[in-house]
Amino acid sequence: MHKQTISELRAQLEKGEVSALEVQEYFQARIEKYDGALNSFITTTFDEAKTAAKEADEAIKSGKNELLTGIPIAHKDLVSTKGTLTTAASKMLSNYVPPFDATIVENLRSKGAVSLGKVNMDEFAMGSTGATSFYGGTNNPWNEGHVAGGSSSGSAAAVAAGLVMAATGSDTGGSIRQPASFCGVTGIKPTYGRVSRYGLIAFASSLDQGGVLAKTAEDCAIVLEGMAGFDEKDPTSADRMLPAFSKELGQSLKGSKMALPRDFFAGDIDAETAKAIDETLAIYRKLGVEMVEVDLKYHELVTPVYYVIAPAEAASNLSRFDGIRFGYRAENAQNLEDLYYRTRTEGFGEEVKSRILMGTYATTDVLYKDFFIKSQQIRRLITNEYNEILKDVDFIAGPTVAGPAFGKNHQASSIQNSLFDANLIGANLAGLPALSHQMGISNGMPVGFHLIGRAFDEAKLLAAAHQYQQNSDWHKKFPANFD
Amino acid sequence: MSWEVVIGLEVHTQLTTKTKLFSGTSTLYGQEPNTQAGIFDLALPGVLPRLNDGVIDKAIRLAIATNSKVQQRTIFERKHYFYPDLPKGYQTSQLDAPIVYDGHLMIETESGLKKIRVNRAHLEEDAGGSRHGVVPGMTGIDLNRAGTPLLEIVSEPDLSSASEAISYLRQLHQIVTWLDISDGNMQEGSFRCDANVSIRKPGEPLGTRTELKNINSFRFIEQAINYEVARQIKILESGGTITQETRLYDSDKNETRSMRAKEEANDYRYFHDPDLLPIIISDERIDAVKASFPLMPEELKVELMEKHDLSDYDAGVLVQSRAMADYFAALLSFKADAKIAVNWLLGDVSAYLNEKDLEISELSISAERLAGLLNRIQDKTISNNIAKKVFALMIDSEKSADEVIEAEGLKQVTDTGAIEGWVDEVIAKNPKQVEQFKSGQTKILGFFVGQVMKLSQGKADPAVINQMIAEKLQ
Repeated sequence: MHKQTISELRAQLEKGEVSALEVQEYFQARIEKYDGALNSFITTTFDEAKTAAKEADEAIKSGKNELLTGIPIAHKDLVSTKGTLTTAASKMLSNYVPPFDATIVENLRSKGAVSLGKVNMDEFAMGSTGATSFYGGTNNPWNEGHVAGGSSSGSAAAVAAGLVMAATGSDTGGSIRQPASFCGVTGIKPTYGRVSRYGLIAFASSLDQGGVLAKTAEDCAIVLEGMAGFDEKDPTSADRMLPAFSKELGQSLKGSKMALPRDFFAGDIDAETAKAIDETLAIYRKLGVEMVEVDLKYHELVTPVYYVIAPAEAASNLSRFDGIRFGYRAENAQNLEDLYYRTRTEGFGEEVKSRILMGTYATTDVLYKDFFIKSQQIRRLITNEYNEILKDVDFIAGPTVAGPAFGKNHQASSIQNSLFDANLIGANLAGLPALSHQMGISNGMPVGFHLIGRAFDEAKLLAAAHQYQQNSDWHKKFPANFD
Repeated sequence: MSWEVVIGLEVHTQLTTKTKLFSGTSTLYGQEPNTQAGIFDLALPGVLPRLNDGVIDKAIRLAIATNSKVQQRTIFERKHYFYPDLPKGYQTSQLDAPIVYDGHLMIETESGLKKIRVNRAHLEEDAGGSRHGVVPGMTGIDLNRAGTPLLEIVSEPDLSSASEAISYLRQLHQIVTWLDISDGNMQEGSFRCDANVSIRKPGEPLGTRTELKNINSFRFIEQAINYEVARQIKILESGGTITQETRLYDSDKNETRSMRAKEEANDYRYFHDPDLLPIIISDERIDAVKASFPLMPEELKVELMEKHDLSDYDAGVLVQSRAMADYFAALLSFKADAKIAVNWLLGDVSAYLNEKDLEISELSISAERLAGLLNRIQDKTISNNIAKKVFALMIDSEKSADEVIEAEGLKQVTDTGAIEGWVDEVIAKNPKQVEQFKSGQTKILGFFVGQVMKLSQGKADPAVINQMIAEKLQ
């Protein structure tokens, strides 16, 4: 059952070949059996899931089934869930139970999805390995000695291992696409504003975007359709028509163009990854896509700019974790200053603290103009560059990252790790939609292909990946230990 | 050579909105602690701000009334500092592009009109409050006020005395209340002021200033500035130097004292709030606000004087508050006579309000009911004196003036037969006074009128009595 696509499972549910409750029990059993090896869940919500599954069966019986009725999913633990622990994988929020649901939780529930729990991630979405979680790192289902990627590590691992059909994720600088690549699943970061940020614990407000990870582009399309849309609770939400993504997967790619920035291929790409790229491009060519090579004038500034803006906003957004109203509070504080100091020293992990310090530093009076303002200006240039290229082409593409997931003992500074993500961050700075799907295997681990599209043209991205997947079978490959 | 005083004022006005600046939570004053702190006000993670659009029109109104410009593309910024009553760790405010800028007010001074420049007015959230001593040994935080919209109006240091400062503040207060920008309630902190005060010898550069924080009465502001000026003069004349610092005014002792030195000033790390899009204000919107503008106090005063033949003084008092002017207009709409209405509003009604420490808006008699009373004076159903009695009875009841007059039998008697009876009785009983009158002491006429009024329990029409007695004693 876990190898099916969402539409296959839906058909079975609708025909009564399987009940939503049976589906729920099946996936619950898989989580109970396999998650010990993955550490992909922080909290499971099996009781609520059972209730939701029963409601789904009622809905199916009375012909009131929706887009995702009875489909098992999980939410990144960055997503607020009413009455259910929501930790952002931080000690700081290890006791925090929100009194409200994030809009995407509400949306997906109203479409009938059954959530089995909250999945692991890098603390406050800061990291690209999953290892900064207060609850321990997530293991890669393809090789448990390797990282799952981050920050949406639990989402990617749980989907890859067939513990849920899809999971929500968030992407500030590649946090959906990089773990999707590492775990061999499809992940989409939609256009900034397409998915409501209401209830997503903020990392960097101008870059954060909720999205989805699933086995196939088609599954991503269905789930995205269920979670996206204008939300008046989010002032940066885009008041735009929401296409039925799942119905546009057949739109022809003939005559469309793909820009291949030389800079995206400039990293230390290993031989197997390079071969996978060639094969992938060949399939796209066969589908009628024309390739053009381009240069990105500002490519080498993408990462530095990100590492000024994202921490600056993060430092600001994380100021509220002061031990006063909710979350972790240090004990036996001597005075107010001490309460702040110890709460934040004890409650945040090292990666989060280093980014708060970087962000605070970059916005101090002394550096504000040279760092923060300059970065905003360069961000504008990068955005313009991407949008200029996308006037002539439909996609900007390349490898998601330069290679497969590395081993857990791999030592790299967070800056080295971040350079690994250079292809991903541009889409966040420019607010553009981007997708990663598996394109092959390197050293026994999956590698991903990355497509950036025009603003609000998720439909085309999903259609491209879907048609690729109709002509390849990487999306059907399953990690052996979780077959 | 004498000292020159330089004062700049920052006025925090709380806007009259039903809900907070970004959260939709009620702004009602005086509720149980933390009953008006929603999930945004508590800064729960993931909750986003939603601008209360009504504040924009209020800011535009202030811009128009202070001859200022409206920033047509304005942004909100985050001002960072840690304090327990600041839930998000930053205050959402405006630094670089305040919504209102570059204006002025003309104030009256002893030497004539003076132009005071308004540098800017920006929108920002209020913080909550710390409550010491509610829980023993602990500090409680009340976030009911957190997120309440404020408009901080900053003047240039153009004011040269405490009395000029008060003149400016009174005018600003009149504007914000007149235009329903703020209720201006100083006790509740809806209109509070920081004063930056320095002194210098004429022609010299600006001296070191001190900042007097959060003073919420006109009298205290005047006293605080005067104290501070005297303090600074004393220091400089004895060879000392002024420390730049924030000082508190203690109204009990009438003195200012140091709160914190400026060296501890924070780096607030302002930057554009990425959760809030820039606000674009169209010309049409500004024009619409302009078009909806009521007559300003001075204009209305002139109109009242011309239309109703009121004195400069009377019209001036009527326009001192919007509520009073509105109440007066309402009385007229119910056909009250303008002169009678003014006399009553400025006389008995004001006396009653002062005695009870109430605002006109809190008067239990609606304009319609009061107009009913004034109409009975006008048509001579009752005398002005009887009307006072009726007014007192109306305050504690829901009755109309007519109902009270009817129930108490207070109708003025104009029937000459009845009055003649009382007149004859009084003349018969007071032969001595009749003699005096006939011997030329005509002033004694008042005595007879009073006696007749007494007999009639105040209901006889004094004009009729006067005429009748005069005729009978001739």
